[in-house]
Amino acid sequence: MTLAEPVTPPVEEPLHRRLGVTDEELDAIRDRLGGRDPNDLELAMFSVMWSEHCSYKSSKPLLRSLPTAGEGVVAGPGENAGVISIGGGLAVAFKIESHNHPSAVEPYQGAATGVGGILRDIFTMGARPIAVLDALRFGDPSSARTRHLVGGVVGGVGGYGNCVGVPTVGGELVFDPSYEGNPLVNVMAIGLLEERLLTRAAAPGPGNLAILFGSTTGRDGIGGASVLASATFADDDPSKRPSVQVGDPFAEKLLIEASLELIERGLVEGLQDLGAGGITCATSETADRAGTGIRVDLEAIPRREPGLEPFEVMISESQERMLAIVRPEREPDVRAVCERWGLPVAVIGTVTADGDITIVDGGREIARIPASALTSDAIVHERIASPPAHRRLAPAPGAVDARDSTLPERGMDPGAVLLALIGSPNLANRRPVFEQYDSTVQANTVAGAGHGAAVIRIKGTTKALVAATDANQAVGAIDPWLGAALSVAEATRNVSITGARPLGVTNCLNFGDPTRPAAFWQLSEAVRGLGDACRALGLPVTGGNVSLYNESPSGAIAPTPEIGVVGLLEDVGLVVGPAFEAEGDTILLVGHATPGLAGSEYATLAGTAAEDGPPALDLALEAATQAFVREAAGRGLLASAQDVSAGGLAVALAESALWADDEHGIGARVRLGVANSPAVDLFGESPSRIVVSTRARYAPALALLARHHGLPVEELGTVGGDRLVVELAGAGATGAAEERGSRVADALDVPLSELRHAWETGLSRALGWEGR
Amino acid sequence: MTVRIGVVVFPGSNRDIDAVNALQVAGAEPVILWHEQASLEGAAAVILPGGFAYGDYLRAGVIARFSPVMRSVAAFAADGGLVLGICNGFQVLTEAHLLPGALLRNRGLRFVSRQVALVAERHDTPFTRAIGDSRPLRMPVAHGEGCFYADAATLDDLERDGQVLFRYARADGSIAGETDDPANPNGSMRAIAGVMNAAGNVAGLMPHPETAVEAVLGSADGLPIIRSFVESAAQRAAGPAPVAVGAR
Repeated sequence: MTLAEPVTPPVEEPLHRRLGVTDEELDAIRDRLGGRDPNDLELAMFSVMWSEHCSYKSSKPLLRSLPTAGEGVVAGPGENAGVISIGGGLAVAFKIESHNHPSAVEPYQGAATGVGGILRDIFTMGARPIAVLDALRFGDPSSARTRHLVGGVVGGVGGYGNCVGVPTVGGELVFDPSYEGNPLVNVMAIGLLEERLLTRAAAPGPGNLAILFGSTTGRDGIGGASVLASATFADDDPSKRPSVQVGDPFAEKLLIEASLELIERGLVEGLQDLGAGGITCATSETADRAGTGIRVDLEAIPRREPGLEPFEVMISESQERMLAIVRPEREPDVRAVCERWGLPVAVIGTVTADGDITIVDGGREIARIPASALTSDAIVHERIASPPAHRRLAPAPGAVDARDSTLPERGMDPGAVLLALIGSPNLANRRPVFEQYDSTVQANTVAGAGHGAAVIRIKGTTKALVAATDANQAVGAIDPWLGAALSVAEATRNVSITGARPLGVTNCLNFGDPTRPAAFWQLSEAVRGLGDACRALGLPVTGGNVSLYNESPSGAIAPTPEIGVVGLLEDVGLVVGPAFEAEGDTILLVGHATPGLAGSEYATLAGTAAEDGPPALDLALEAATQAFVREAAGRGLLASAQDVSAGGLAVALAESALWADDEHGIGARVRLGVANSPAVDLFGESPSRIVVSTRARYAPALALLARHHGLPVEELGTVGGDRLVVELAGAGATGAAEERGSRVADALDVPLSELRHAWETGLSRALGWEGR
Repeated sequence: MTVRIGVVVFPGSNRDIDAVNALQVAGAEPVILWHEQASLEGAAAVILPGGFAYGDYLRAGVIARFSPVMRSVAAFAADGGLVLGICNGFQVLTEAHLLPGALLRNRGLRFVSRQVALVAERHDTPFTRAIGDSRPLRMPVAHGEGCFYADAATLDDLERDGQVLFRYARADGSIAGETDDPANPNGSMRAIAGVMNAAGNVAGLMPHPETAVEAVLGSADGLPIIRSFVESAAQRAAGPAPVAVGAR
C-alpha cells in the first residue's frame, strides 16, 4: 500500500505513527487480532476507527456518568441520533455535531458538509429533517482571518441547507478571542418520524446484502477523522486540505427522499450513513450492533476515479453515501427506488455470522478484523485530570461583592452602556447572518432565527417542537462545571419560556487536547456539570459528539459545552414569544439578581476581568423558574417572556421592546430596586431570571403563581412609549456610589430609535459588512 | 368536487411541501407530477414550486425546462391552462420562455431570506382575483437569484399591457425603490416581484405565498393568491372556454 502524498512526511517514521496510532495502541491492536500484526490496510482501518473522533477513547469513561433514561426515550446514545416519543405515534430525532477542524481549513465546504453529515444522522433513523440550528464561534470579528472564516462558514451553512430544503431556524454566533485559531462549527438537526418507522443502524441477518447508494467513492476526505478531527494543527496548513470533504446538497436532497422512501416501504433491515471513517465505519458499526460481520467486495464499490488504493476506498469520507442492509429478495425494489432518484447503487457485500469485517479484492482476502475491535471494543484511555494552578471560583451563593460597579464608577451613563452592549458583536441583531439562511421552507416555522428558541409546528396536529442551543464559554473558562451547568440551564430556559416542556438534551463537547491534564480536567468538570444540570431538570442526554484537540498555536479554546435542547409545545396556539405585545401591559421580573460579573458581556465591554467570579447557579431554583413559566404560559397568562442572559436585565428589556415589530418596537418604563449595584442589577447575567409581560388584570395572578413556585417576583413597570426607561431605586442605587464619591445616573433612559440603530448595525459594523 | 392541481416535482424541488400544504388549506386536491412523467394527470392547473431543480448548478431553472413534464406544461399553457411558478418555478418559466424577463443574482450577491411586503397591481386576474383590498401582503422570500431583469422597452411593454402582477412595497404600501431600499430584497427592476404572460394564464413570482397561508406561521397573506388560483382553476374545470384576461 502506498500512502497519499500529503500524509507522507520527509522522515520515515513507522507507518502506525504516521497514521496517528501510538505504540501502546499498536499493542492493543495486536491483542485484538490474536497476536498478529495488522497489515497496512488493517492498520489504516484501525487508525480511523480508533481516532478520537470515532472511538471517544478519551471521553467514553466520562460520558458513562450522564443520565440517559427519560420519559419517552426510544433511542439514546450510541445510535445515530436520539429519538423521543411525542405522542400520537410520532417521535422527534435530534442531534448536534461538530465540524470544527474541516471548517478551519476550508470554511465553506467544512460547514456545508457539517450540515450534510448531521442531516444524514437524522434521516438514517427514518425521520424527515425539519430544522437545522447552527452554533458558530469565531475569534476577533475585525481580523481578516475571522472575516474570511465567517463568510465561508455562513455561506456553507446556507448554501447546503437552503438547497436541501431544510430550514435553518436558529443557533448562535459568538465571538471570543480563544477561537481565533480554531473556530467552532456545531450543527444541530431535528427530524420528525412516525415511531413505527424507526430504523436502526444495524446489520442483522447473515445472508442479507450490504447495499451502498448515493454518491460514488473518491479521494476526498481521506483520513478526515484521524488527520483533521483528532489532532491540533497549525494555521492554514495546506497539506490538510485534501482531508476536507466536499459536499453536494443536491445529491443529499435525493438521498433524503430515496432513504425515506426505502424506509416507508419497509425495504431495508438497517440503514447507516457514511460519515467519518467511511465504509469502514459504516460496516463495522452496523455489524457490531447486530453481532454479525460483513464481507465487503472491494471491486463492487462504485468509484469516482480510477487508481484508488484499497485503503483509500475503505476510509474515504466522500459525502452523500448510505449503506442499507437488505434482504436478497428485496434487492430489485431497492435498486428501483435508488435509480428513480438517479442515485448510483451497488451490492458491496454480504452480512455474515462470523463477526468479522472481511475485505475481499479480486477474490483474495486482504483484511479481516473483528467488527467489535473497530467499534465497541476499541481502546479506551484513562486520561489524567488536574485543575490548572490559577483559577477563580464562583462566589458562594448569597455572597455580596461591591467591587463591581466599574462603569458607573467611571461616570458612564447606564444608557450609554446599554447602547454599547446591544451594539456589540455578541449582542447585536444576528439578522445579517440569519437572513442568508432559508428559515421558512417546509411551511412549519412559527418562530425562526434570532429569537432565543425556534418554534416548528407539527402539521396535522396542534403541537409544535421548540429548539434552542447554548454554550457559555466565558464562564466555562473560569469554572467548567458552572459553564456547562449554565449552558444547560439557559438552553432549557429558552425552550421553557415559549411554554414548551423540554424533552431531552444533545451536546457537543468542544475542548482542548485531552492528553493535557488541565484540558482533560476541563472536560471532566464540564461533563459533571452537564450531568448535574440534566438530573436537576429531569432531562435525559440522548446523544451528541465530542470534539477534542481544539487548539492552535495561539492556544486552546475556552471549554465550550454546546447544548442542544428540544421541547414539546402541546398547543402551538399558546406559544409565548419574547416581544412586548401591547401598550399598558405590566412587566414583572421573576427571580432576583445575584452578584458576580465575571464572564459577562459587561465585563468584556468594561475591559476588566471582573474579580468577583461568575454568578452562582442554584439548579433547584432554575427548575422551579422553568416550571413556573411553563405553567403561566399554559394558562394563557403571558403576553411575552424573555430570559435574562447575555447583557443582563437591561438587554432583556431592550430586546423585548425591539422585537415588538420590525420598524419601531414598543418601549417600556420600569423602576428597578437596586439590591446589589447598578452594574449587577442592570447588566449582570445571574441565571434563573425571566422578564414577563402580561395584561394588567392578570398581573396579580401571575405574581401569585410565581410565589406559589417559591420564586421572588417584582412588578417592574409598564409597556409603552418609544423609549426604554429604567429608574434605579433603593440604597444600592445612588447611596453606595455616593459613598465612593462617584456620579451615578439614577435612571437609564434611551430612545428606541437609538437602541434599534445600535442593535441592527452592530454586527455588520463588527464584520465590515456595511453597505453590502 | 375539489379541484385537482398539479405540483411538479423536479429532483431538487423543496417547496413542493409548502405548495401541497397551501393547496390543501385552500381546499384543492394536490397531485404530484414527477419530472420524468409526461402526463399532467388531468390537473386543472399546475404549480411549479420553489427549490433547486436539478441542483441549479449551471443557472437556476436552465436544466428543468428540458424535462418531459415541462414539455407537457408548455403545451398545457399554450392551450390556455393555468400555470403558476413560485421562486425556482418562476425561474424555470422564464428559462422556458413562458414568461418574459430573467432572474439574475440578487444585487447584494447574497441569498436573502426574510419577510417582505408586496402589492398586487391588478385584482382581476386568475392569480389575484381573491385579493380583497390593496393593503400590502406580507410573505417570505428565500432566494439567491431573484432580481427581475428585462430591457427598458420590455419593462415598458409589461407595464403598459398590465402584465406586472406584483411589486415589492414598503410597510405603508408605497412601491419600493430599485436600489438601496431594504423593501426590495433583491434589487428587482422597477421593484417587480411577479409577472404574467400576455395571454394572462401563466404567472410567476419570487415571494412565497404558499408558505404564508396560516396565521400561525406569521402571515396568511399568501392565501388570497393561492385561493385565486384554485378558484380560477375550478371555474375552468367546470366551465368550457377560458376567458381572456390578459391585455387591457
